[in-house]
Amino acid sequence: MSPYRETKQGMTRIVKTIAKFVMPPVVLFGIYMMLHGHLTPGGGFPGGVIIASAFVLLVLSFGREVTFQKLRVSTASILESVGALIFLSLAVLGMVIGGWFFINFLPKGYPLKIISAGFIPFANIGIGLKVTGGIFAVFLTLVMFRIVAKR
Amino acid sequence: MLFFLSFVVFLIGLYCVVIRKNLLKMVMGIVIMEYAVNFFLILLGYRMGGVAPIVTEEAKVAKFVDPLPQAMVLTAIVISIATLAFIVAICIRIYQRYHTFDVTEIRRLKG
Amino acid sequence: MWEIYALAFLMIVGSLVAVHTRYLLSAVISLAVVGLALCVAFLYLQAPDCAITQIVVEVIALIILIRATGVERDLLEIRGKKEVFAITATFIFIIVFAAFAFAALTYLPKFGYPVMKVAQEYVKKGLEQTGSANLVTAVLLDFRAYDTLGEATVLFTAIMGAIVVLREVGRKEK
Repeated sequence: MSPYRETKQGMTRIVKTIAKFVMPPVVLFGIYMMLHGHLTPGGGFPGGVIIASAFVLLVLSFGREVTFQKLRVSTASILESVGALIFLSLAVLGMVIGGWFFINFLPKGYPLKIISAGFIPFANIGIGLKVTGGIFAVFLTLVMFRIVAKR
Repeated sequence: MLFFLSFVVFLIGLYCVVIRKNLLKMVMGIVIMEYAVNFFLILLGYRMGGVAPIVTEEAKVAKFVDPLPQAMVLTAIVISIATLAFIVAICIRIYQRYHTFDVTEIRRLKG
Repeated sequence: MWEIYALAFLMIVGSLVAVHTRYLLSAVISLAVVGLALCVAFLYLQAPDCAITQIVVEVIALIILIRATGVERDLLEIRGKKEVFAITATFIFIIVFAAFAFAALTYLPKFGYPVMKVAQEYVKKGLEQTGSANLVTAVLLDFRAYDTLGEATVLFTAIMGAIVVLREVGRKEK
């Protein structure tokens, strides 16, 4: 049997089963919203928060100790930094290739197709990774802090 | 009149920050003020009979709602959660240090 | 138009309940009602990007606030002796502030007829200059991308501040 079924912490068995099945479609929906930011409402910001909330669901339903073996704070920090570096490098590449800072240097394409609008899909991916890493890191820090309150 | 209603929500949040003695109630007042300001900004950009600013096949020349306040409010909403996490982290440290959330008692105990 | 008025009244009632209730958990739930009414108001005001972001961010904010209020069990509102002078002074200040604001808000353009000087250019030339169908994303990531860079910096700084404040892992009082 898997080790996480026998631990006494976290929520009941029903919640653990449903959370295990619901989490991949939520991550898929977040990735869809990040990639289609230039066609439908959404973009990098809500997509990143949706993926972070899927990870938060895992931490809430399986308990603290079990989830920290798989997802650590360092993973979230690396995600956040990679997202910020992607966004910044797109800006500096615009200055190198085109004329000035943040110019849209990729071709524009046909409207309403997914490969269009210059570098906007890549910028959305960078922003989404940054928001995911940030919100998950701050949630892990708030959860890990143990307060012993004595009077 | 709708602008004044959103301003009333802002005033209720301000009242909550000024009057209450519990630190967490003050944090909730700040959250209420942030909601009111976002509401006011989107109200400024509404156009009578306008549609959402997304260009589709049949709506190429339609009356679009102002997209500029919506972009600003989008970033404001995401920034507000980062500052909320920061404020709550400071509140948890204050609770660990003084073992109470009461502002009058924290002011009396020094060091 | 009556829908937006009804939602604004729901927000006022919800925030009044959140201010006055004694139990902190009930106040957090009333805050959830205010946020949900705001999200539906965004949908009626033709702003779907902001509605999606508001509902998702509000859920995370509720989780953070419940984590903060669950530090003690059954945290109640602290009732000291009532300071009459402070409460009346606050009321007078708020009434004066509201009167001045009511006079000042009449100088804004009428609700529903905004002065779109800069946004008119964005709406007319958005699709052909950027190639993106979503005009809000085009404004956010092409016309005003520098503001998005500043927002990413603020997000990074605030989250780093929160992590630094709570730095020791599993710290126990000796």
